[in-house]
Amino acid sequence: MNHRTKGWKLILFYVVLVLFSVIYLYPFLIQIATSFKTDAAATDNPLSLVPNPFDATAWKRIFGIGGDTSVPIMRWLTNSVVITLVVTAARVFFDSLAGYALSRLRFRGRGFLFGTVLAVMSVPGVALLIPKFLMVSYLGIYDTYSAMVLPLLVDAAGVFIMKQFFDSIPVSVEEAARIDGAGVFRTFWSVVLPMARPALITLTILSFQGSWNEFTHFLVTTQSPELKTLVTGLASLASGDLGAGSQYPLKLGAALLTTIPVALLFFAFQRQFVRGANEGGDKG
Amino acid sequence: MTTTTGSRRRPRGSGGIRGREGVAGWLFTAPMIIVLGVFLFIPVLMALYVSFTNWNGNGSPFQGGQNAQWVGTRNYTSLFTEDGLKRASFMQSLGNNFWYVFFVVPLQTAISFFLALIVSNRFLKGKSFFRTAFYFPSVTSSIAISVVFLFLFANSGAVNAVLGAFGINGPAWFSDSRGLFHILFNLVGVGDNPSWAQGEVLGRSVWDWISGPSVAMCVVIILAIWTTTGTFMLMFLAALQDLPGEVDEAALLDGVSPWQKLRYVTLPMLKPTIFLVTTLGLIGTWQVFDQIYVMGKGAPANTTLTPAFLSYKQSFTSLQYGSGAAMSFIVFLLIIALTAFQRWLMREKDPKVSRRVKQATGVAVSMQQGSNAGGLR
Repeated sequence: MNHRTKGWKLILFYVVLVLFSVIYLYPFLIQIATSFKTDAAATDNPLSLVPNPFDATAWKRIFGIGGDTSVPIMRWLTNSVVITLVVTAARVFFDSLAGYALSRLRFRGRGFLFGTVLAVMSVPGVALLIPKFLMVSYLGIYDTYSAMVLPLLVDAAGVFIMKQFFDSIPVSVEEAARIDGAGVFRTFWSVVLPMARPALITLTILSFQGSWNEFTHFLVTTQSPELKTLVTGLASLASGDLGAGSQYPLKLGAALLTTIPVALLFFAFQRQFVRGANEGGDKG
Repeated sequence: MTTTTGSRRRPRGSGGIRGREGVAGWLFTAPMIIVLGVFLFIPVLMALYVSFTNWNGNGSPFQGGQNAQWVGTRNYTSLFTEDGLKRASFMQSLGNNFWYVFFVVPLQTAISFFLALIVSNRFLKGKSFFRTAFYFPSVTSSIAISVVFLFLFANSGAVNAVLGAFGINGPAWFSDSRGLFHILFNLVGVGDNPSWAQGEVLGRSVWDWISGPSVAMCVVIILAIWTTTGTFMLMFLAALQDLPGEVDEAALLDGVSPWQKLRYVTLPMLKPTIFLVTTLGLIGTWQVFDQIYVMGKGAPANTTLTPAFLSYKQSFTSLQYGSGAAMSFIVFLLIIALTAFQRWLMREKDPKVSRRVKQATGVAVSMQQGSNAGGLR
């Protein structure tokens, strides 16, 4: 009897899980299908996953084929790629430098510095919109690439993750290197960092995802159309600033293009994503 | 150098290996200090100063003069005491955001816990697929997801098509400003603005305060739950996997029903995670911005206006940076206060006891209660 109830329970579980999977995944399938529909078909048959008639106009516009440059999505894509690569590389390097120092190097003010990092981490992002704008204008770099990139080069949460990681690995290896006469940076670069691979991968993923999806920072530090990223460009496209009509296939195609890089990364590094989610939570 | 410091175990000398470490420590942290200092710490102080001025965006906010006069705490007090459009919008945004939090936090916590419980079932196959499916919306851009939801909830969109299949006439989601509770009141025969709800609190009628989220706000609520449950499910899953396996077996042997096990064993042991999830939920929900920006910027009838978005609008559209900054600092304080309050509410009485021990005693005690309750029936 016990076995039979267990069997029914499992079936019930599967039904619930499949139902939830549909709710969580169907919107993405609709998104893909709709980007290949005509404007009319998109609204006439919103649930259908088969574009009928099949129409690639939206994607032609996205890739700038056919001379219609009213929505310069390729420009946005270039900005997104460049900024994300620069920010990710810088964050991985600077965050692990600082995390290592806060974990291992003994110097006056270390405790105070780490306390400040924790405090900075708890400042809600919404309270930073006006501050960032004020500083960027004060420095005279408003509406430039510098304003977009410089403030993102280091993030407190990444420093925290790296510090936690370095705290968890034994000191003995470094001490051996140190006795051999290696300098502090040498030890860090060729002994410690190679051991930190798992944490570095997590940090790379979080930085990539964070800077690729970044919105509010670019919103308050830029205004030129040339400086739009996929995310800020998509936001202005969605609020109807660019072109008339609903243009759903175009919007959903652009949204899909915004989703793809992070999605690929997600499927390639699922484990690290999971770890990242939990590490982000541990700080609470 | 190290010998001269005598009894101190950690010499603070400026030479030798320790001195080199000191210099290296500052060099290693220098990029962090510069970036976080220049683009985070100092700017917050600048904004704090601006929140005491009436800067209008012209010239420098720090040189006084016509464009940026010192107004003391007026930007703060006027939001609560001065009758007018500014207070009305701010109070409405607080009300809107309150209802948003009121629905999102309990629902996202409950659903993510529920999903984690099911996915963690030992006999289930295809776990990783379901985990991936539920987590995927969490990693994508909030803007991209909002665009998808704009389409799904459009008048002739997918959601209304599904509702139509069941014979329900779906609402015009994004232009419907009726409050959820107002609709319910009307359904049970209470008309708009009944006499008992005409009093005013902070310049807003009681009837307006108890409106509940508008139909348009409900879409944002659904979106928030949909995108966050995956992350929180992972946290619950990690916590569930941390539970000692013997508990399961002990519970099985004692003939404890699944419901009792959940109530007396699993829930008490997951208390820290529940605390974490609700706190993160509270912090996140009081900052909702991106979704609002894409889905109507406060429309219809300001019912999706949130303090975070209003603060942005007040500064960058109305060019009243002073009161915009004041609003953002009020949200800032609110978030800190909520976190502190919740920490106090769910405080542990004996923080010194190790987690393992606590879990073990907790398990023992709750097992006892569990089997007793079972025996009493």
